[in-house]
Formats: sequence, structure tokens, C-alpha cells
Amino acid sequence: MTNTGFVFDVLIPVGKIVAVILYPMLMTIVMIWLERRVVALMQKRLGPNRVGFQGILQPFADAFKLFLKEDIMQDQADPLLFKVAPVLVMFSSLLAFCFVPLGEPIRIGTYQLTLWIAQSPVGLLLVLGLSSISVFGVIFGGWASNSKYPLMGALRSVVQILSYEIPIGLTVLSVVFFARSIDLVEIVNHQSQAKIWFGFMLPVSFVVFWISAIAETNRAPFDLPEAESELVAGYHTEYSGMKFAFFYIAEYAHMVLVSSLVVIMFFGGWLAPFPNVPAFAFLKVIPGFVWYLVKIMFFLYLYVWIRATLPRYRFDELIRLAWKWLIPLALLNFLVVALIRYIL
Amino acid sequence: MELVFVFLIFGLLGVVLLSMNALLGPKKTNPDKEKPFECGSPYLQNEIKPFPIKFSLVAFVFLLFDIEVVFFFPWALIFKEMRGPALVIMLAYGAVLAAGFIYAWKKGAFEWD
Repeated sequence: MTNTGFVFDVLIPVGKIVAVILYPMLMTIVMIWLERRVVALMQKRLGPNRVGFQGILQPFADAFKLFLKEDIMQDQADPLLFKVAPVLVMFSSLLAFCFVPLGEPIRIGTYQLTLWIAQSPVGLLLVLGLSSISVFGVIFGGWASNSKYPLMGALRSVVQILSYEIPIGLTVLSVVFFARSIDLVEIVNHQSQAKIWFGFMLPVSFVVFWISAIAETNRAPFDLPEAESELVAGYHTEYSGMKFAFFYIAEYAHMVLVSSLVVIMFFGGWLAPFPNVPAFAFLKVIPGFVWYLVKIMFFLYLYVWIRATLPRYRFDELIRLAWKWLIPLALLNFLVVALIRYIL
Repeated sequence: MELVFVFLIFGLLGVVLLSMNALLGPKKTNPDKEKPFECGSPYLQNEIKPFPIKFSLVAFVFLLFDIEVVFFFPWALIFKEMRGPALVIMLAYGAVLAAGFIYAWKKGAFEWD
């Protein structure tokens, strides 16, 4: 009796937490390989293909190399902020994964194994808020380095994240209108009942959200804070070893997080595709977690594809795009969705 | 309970990972190594001098809009029950913000100069 209590109260939560830590890290490793290999093939290069099958072990080798590096802090840096910054960036994005539902609950006898650590009635706001905390890490890192390239990278990052936070908030609202909940699990359940994904009902919201999300994660073509041809490595120029790895993992974890949000809000999370076509009912046999991974991989591939295709924006163009195009468009979309929802 | 585990495990992981470099990495200090990065040449300035920050007005406009979005969330959840008044009130509120947005636009808050 006490034995099963221990299993359900301690072992399963701890196992889930370890899984939540390992999942972004494994995705980071897969993404680093995918990005280098796919971008290389798109540019008619080979990319990493020596270490392991098709070079799949290359990111493991890179990660292990970072363990063995010397931890350098330049003499004028602010020691406390310099050490806090990478931790803040890394753990705010890992913490956000606790609220992301990865699949439908699995029943084991009477016990229901949920594929999320915590279900919160304000899950969507929590995830958005936690992912925004990482900007503090970027500012701290850039400021504490006391060097010009990191500082400029941090300042760019601040303006960029401030600008693109608003279209994200406004487009998320249109999903809230239809789901009538800010609980991520409820949003997926609502799409399951409605038998249509919000991405097809709200295409403008999806496109604005996706563009803003690329800017929020500092990815190409909006990777101004770490534009290597202008700012060396941006806000993490002065970092080395595991602290650099934290910034790096956090960036990829952030991409996985944003892709998860897109999938959950606009493409039905763990739901099988074609819910209203009886001929495709057999797709429901495949577990929800697999569908979720397939969808997420599509959006992560899209990140790489966009990076290989589009040149980098100039900084004033980036800000102008946010304030003169995306925000008015998001406001208009918000108004139209509100009116439609009011009439229906 | 689960939250306690989350913080315990995350904290443990952080300590282990961050102490990796101290345990495994080399420790060769060198005065040149601890200078700020400057593409290999001697560092040109010793402190960061004040410089103009472009787009600082964006931060103020952001504050307005972020608060607007926060107010919209509870409203979006209940406006179906509130019917008419909710929409009118929010439209009035949004119109004030839109006027401010257009004012900031005309003032050139979103321009480089």
C-alpha cells in the first residue's frame, strides 16, 4: 500500500521532471544536427557527416567538448550577474516545459498518467511569461560582460522582444476567444470537440504569431542580437564552457517551446489529423505523443528552412515590421475575430 | 509537492552542470585572456561610454500595449456572457489606445532618427 503510494507520489513525478529536462536537451541535440546538415545540403555543402551515422553524433561531441573547456570571466565583468544570466535563461525556458502538455493522458489501471507536470488554469499565460523571463538573462549577460558587443546585442534583444511581445499577445487572444480558456489542455480538448484546428479558423493569427515567434526566439531572419557579421556572437560573446552551453541550449529549448505553443494553439496538439474525415479514422491508432512530435518537427524544420532561405533584416526594418505591419494587423485581426465571435 | 521536486532537480542539475568546467576544464590564467573581446587587437576603450539608444520610445509604447493585452485576457474569457456592454466598453478602451498608437507613429517613435 505504502509502496504504490511512493511510486505514484514520488517516482512518477520525479521521472516526469527528468523527462522534461531531457526532452528539450535531446531536441537541442537533434536540432543542432538537423540545422547544420539541412542548411549545408540546401547550400550544396555536406555538413557534419563523419561522426556516427550521417554525423548524428557530432552534437554529442560538441556538447562534451564544452564540458572540458575553461570557464573564463573577463576581469571587468560583474561577477554575480555574469553567473546568474545563463542560469536564468536556461531555467526559465526549462520551467516553461512543465506546463506544456505533450500528449493525451495514458490510463494504467486506475491511475491516469498525464504527459505534463502541472496543469494550470492560466497555463498559456504562464508559459508566455516564463519564456519572456529569459530576456532578463540576456540583458544581465550583455550588461555584466562589460564589453561592447554583448551590450549592443543585449540592447537589440530588448527592443526586439518588447516589439514582438505585443503581436504574440494579441494573436493568442483570438485563440482564447474560441477556446474560452487559457488552459493549454483545455485548448486542445476544445479543438478535439470542435473537430477543427484553430490554425484553419484563424490563419491570420497563426501567421502573425509564427513571424513574431521567430523574432522572439532570435532566429534568422531576425537574429539581430547575435548577428555574427556585426556583433561577433552578440550577448554571449564573453561566455565560454557550460555557461555558453546554457545560452545555446536555452535558445533551442525556446524554439521547441514556441513550436509546441504553435502546435497546441493552432494545430491541435496531440490530436490526429483529419478528425472530420471518416476514411482517416485509422490515424487515431497512432498515439498522441507521436503526432505531437511529428507536428513539432515540422515547425522546427520550418525554422531551419527559413534560416537557409531569407537574408537577415536590418534593425530599423525589423522594428518597423513589428510596429507598422504586425501590430496594426494583429489589432485588426483581433477586432474582426471579436466581432465574429460576438455574432456567432 | 511536484513543484518542490522541480526546483530540487533543476537546482541539482544546474550545480552539477556549472561545476563541470571547474572540475574538468583547464585552469591557465593569462592577463590577455581576461580582457574584453576585441577581435584580437588591444582593447580600445576601458569603459562603456554613454551612447544614444535608438527606439527607446518603443519601450513606453510597449508598456501601454502590454497592459492592454493583459486587460483583454479576462475580457476575452467572459465577454460572451456579458453581451452588449462588454464589446462597447472594450471598443472605447481600444479606441483610446489606437489614438495613442497613431500619435506615437506620427511622432516618429518607430523611426531610426
